[in-house]
Amino acid sequence: MTSSRASLRTAAIVIFLSLTLSGCGYNTIPTDEEQAKAKWADVQNNYQRRADLIPNLVATVQGYAKQEKDVLTAVVEARAKATQVRIDVSELTDPEKLKQFQDAQNQLSGALGRLLAVSENYPDLKSNQNFLALQSQLEGTENRIAVARRDYIEAVRVYNTDLRTLPTALWAMTVFRTNKPMAEFTADENAQKPPQVKF
Amino acid sequence: MNASRRGLVVSRPSAPLSVAIICLLCSCLAAFALNFPPLSGRIVDQANIIPSDARAAIEQKLVDLENKSGIQLVVATVTSLEGQEIEPYANQLFRTWKLGEKAKNNGVLLLVAPNEHRVRIEVGYGLEGTLTDALSKVIIANAMAPRFKAGNYGDGMSRGVDDIITVLTTDASDWQQRPSLRIDSQPNQDPVNWLLIAGAIVFIVLFGTWPGFRWLVLNVLINVLVNSGGSRGGFSGGGFSSSGGFSGGGGSSGGGGASGSW
Repeated sequence: MTSSRASLRTAAIVIFLSLTLSGCGYNTIPTDEEQAKAKWADVQNNYQRRADLIPNLVATVQGYAKQEKDVLTAVVEARAKATQVRIDVSELTDPEKLKQFQDAQNQLSGALGRLLAVSENYPDLKSNQNFLALQSQLEGTENRIAVARRDYIEAVRVYNTDLRTLPTALWAMTVFRTNKPMAEFTADENAQKPPQVKF
Repeated sequence: MNASRRGLVVSRPSAPLSVAIICLLCSCLAAFALNFPPLSGRIVDQANIIPSDARAAIEQKLVDLENKSGIQLVVATVTSLEGQEIEPYANQLFRTWKLGEKAKNNGVLLLVAPNEHRVRIEVGYGLEGTLTDALSKVIIANAMAPRFKAGNYGDGMSRGVDDIITVLTTDASDWQQRPSLRIDSQPNQDPVNWLLIAGAIVFIVLFGTWPGFRWLVLNVLINVLVNSGGSRGGFSGGGFSSSGGFSGGGGSSGGGGASGSW
């Protein structure tokens, strides 16, 4: 009887401790870390979504503007490069890696911008239904990228603040000593601006 | 928005006081940078451009749509985008109003900024596959922009709403009724109730016979009270009541849809 009583008491203490710990912000760091990682996955998915639209876009433009070979090749190459750079969530603490990813995507943005600018010169292409649909999808994807980036930056800000401010910093100094701040997007917003798709 | 909570510096005189301060700070949710109009109904006509007869007709369509499919479509006009592009403005307005059900994210925001000559259809996550970017663009370009250009806001708005509703209801959403209206949701309620009753009995017995449990419950309650202030603004408005006020259901959007200008 006494032993069962004692084990019950132990269980109660364990539950009490875990609840108290969560009350003190013990869960905050892992929760916010997962949150930031999930937001990163969104960012990466949306860039992937853009990359997935490109072959179709290139094929459509090619049908009307074969002579713009340089621009088309630049887009295809930039896409190939951009899809190669992928960041695993465990590498998010490495600013260098994030910069690589960003540079590759920026290059693709630039190439896409030129392609869309060039396509202005082809009235037949501009009125092609497929092209119009692709254009609006591309526009929507760029917008989703902007939203996903904003969400990621906010999630990283929250997580990094956890690591540096009390009370959560106490946990960061003790239990989560291996947790490092995550890298934020560094480039200025202008360099990152999506190509403007105008109708 | 959580900066206030995290930014607390220590060296407070006593633990209870700092706990109280944390709670207070947590409960002060979100100081938004933008001045959004309140979600006063399905049509928020801040710019005052929708004639009253068109307004009544549109409102009825929006109510019907929500009753039939659970989709929350809200029409808004604003006097100013406050220097923002319409895309981030619409996204943040959508998230502030939390349109659509939390689990389904089935909200749509039709935002018109007459002074900036911009219009946007912002689509909740759950409807991105139905009301696609391309379709949204077509609706704006064909039904709305030309009428707005002629200054005919009421007509353009109701044509736009008609088209959005047509797109949203021509496929699966007819049978995707609200859970409360579905017949198959009725039998599921019994086992849940039995579980609850069984849990309550166990709770009462433990509470009455074991002092340690009473002490534990007290601690849990204290913890819940301390933590409740910290929950991240994502509470559901549950606002599908037919009577009285109207509010969002906790949905979110991530930049789906399309924008246009005239």
